[in-house]
Amino acid sequence: MIEVKGLTKKFADHVVLDNLNFSVRQGEILGLLGPNGAGKTTTMKILTGFWPATEGQVTIAGQDLDHHALDLKKRLGYLPEHVPLYDDMKVYEYLRFVAEVREIEKEEILARIKDVSAKCGLQKVIGQTMAELSKGYRQRVGLAQAIIHNPDILILDEPTTGLDPNQIVEIRELIKTIGQHKTIIFSTHILAEASATCDRVLIINQGKIVGEGTPAELTAKLSGSASLQVKVKGPQATVLSAIQALPQVATVQAQSVDSAEVTTYAITVQPGQEIKEELSKLIINNNWGLLELSQTQASLEDVFRQLTK
Amino acid sequence: MKNPHYISTVFSLFKKELMSYFNSPIAYIFIGIFLVVGNWLFFSPFFLAGQASLRSYFMLLPWVLLFLAPAITMRLWSEEKQSGTIEFLLTLPVTNWQVVWAKFLSAFIFMFLSLLLSLTLPITVSYLGDLDVGPVIGGYVGGGLLGAAYLALGLFISSLTRNQIIAFIVALAVCFGLFMLSSEMVLISLPQWLANIVNSLGVGSHFYNLARGVIDTKDIIYYFSFTGLFLWLNVKVLELRNWR
Repeated sequence: MIEVKGLTKKFADHVVLDNLNFSVRQGEILGLLGPNGAGKTTTMKILTGFWPATEGQVTIAGQDLDHHALDLKKRLGYLPEHVPLYDDMKVYEYLRFVAEVREIEKEEILARIKDVSAKCGLQKVIGQTMAELSKGYRQRVGLAQAIIHNPDILILDEPTTGLDPNQIVEIRELIKTIGQHKTIIFSTHILAEASATCDRVLIINQGKIVGEGTPAELTAKLSGSASLQVKVKGPQATVLSAIQALPQVATVQAQSVDSAEVTTYAITVQPGQEIKEELSKLIINNNWGLLELSQTQASLEDVFRQLTK
Repeated sequence: MKNPHYISTVFSLFKKELMSYFNSPIAYIFIGIFLVVGNWLFFSPFFLAGQASLRSYFMLLPWVLLFLAPAITMRLWSEEKQSGTIEFLLTLPVTNWQVVWAKFLSAFIFMFLSLLLSLTLPITVSYLGDLDVGPVIGGYVGGGLLGAAYLALGLFISSLTRNQIIAFIVALAVCFGLFMLSSEMVLISLPQWLANIVNSLGVGSHFYNLARGVIDTKDIIYYFSFTGLFLWLNVKVLELRNWR
């Protein structure tokens, strides 16, 4: 759906984006993750046709952005960072204006406004001036204007900043619901959000892509393999060799001896393997006592810190 | 036009611009001041002169427009830049020309409305005496054209800054400079051949030609090209997108 090749953006001599290459498949939710100032917003401003790129090419649905900007803008919905709105307009006036410019048929405009205000929960504030709206409502108005023309592609720049936890969950759910039929790119610096919402994550730092993959892949890549801690009541030597004999186990060692009977073992598993079930069966079948079983896995947070350090 | 929606999009943008004038009390204050100042400046010497003519009004009109036009245009781009709405506006499926047209036309209609409301002056005068209609028509046509030129210039200057006050002061200064080009004060200090050129470049001389009741295509072409030039420059500024 979206192809980005060699995208570079410079302001004077300051390089903001340095040779970015990525693509987004149709129907995918792609998260742009990175610390503040990494180049997420710049990338989005280029994708929406607001800024020209210094170098590189953006192709959307097979059309070059430079030459088909007007056609492509019609297929795009965009929620800019900080949600700039015309403060002196009322919510419905604003939505009607967007609908008109988006070339929605006159007879259909009212229905569309009703539809998006229901989806985004705007019914209560529809007659209010936008200057009066709270941050949460502004965000929703921003989202409503981005989806009013039912675009194929949505570009959302930090759609959840400044919202309270309940609103964040609501907006995320909304994005997921909308995302079932659309291609979505959204940026965030909150890791939990990326792993909760995205199909795929792109980690950007200082204008470069430093990591790419599904949230699970990224965490797996970093830790390589999962590691387990298991506390077993049973004869140490026998337990040790029995665990070692399991095919999924890479290494095992006695970590600490709590008493004569009870030992904690640290196990690392072969990459991509699951072991918890077999391990517990093994222990129980041998009539040992399974006292504790826990898995320690690198989170996306660790990946992020490691990649953007 | 390739796009059948071209005009209707300009119209939608235009409505939004016009709405933003009347959504705030500024528009009403503004029209009020324009009318009070215009009437006062006209009527205070009117009864002394004892002539049923609007000459003194049209002599002053360029000066009133000099303040009026930059005040109308100062926020048109600066505010969009300051609040960030420009990003939203320019990522809509619109061309730079469409937006510039919409902003210019809304400013023009707003100014035109103020001018229309001052029609009470010629109507009053025509009751008081025998009014020569020619110069009145010429004066209003000239006022509209001169206003359009000032507005195009002010709009262009507004696109260069995110600060409304700067936009106002710079536009005022430039309009004033261009107006003064055709004033006696400047012309008298120049050699004859240069004075003629400078006089025809200044925005004032063409207005006074029209206000005499002589509607000459030369003057009309002058204002059209002046307005067109600055609208074009405005589009170029948008194309550059060199602001942060």
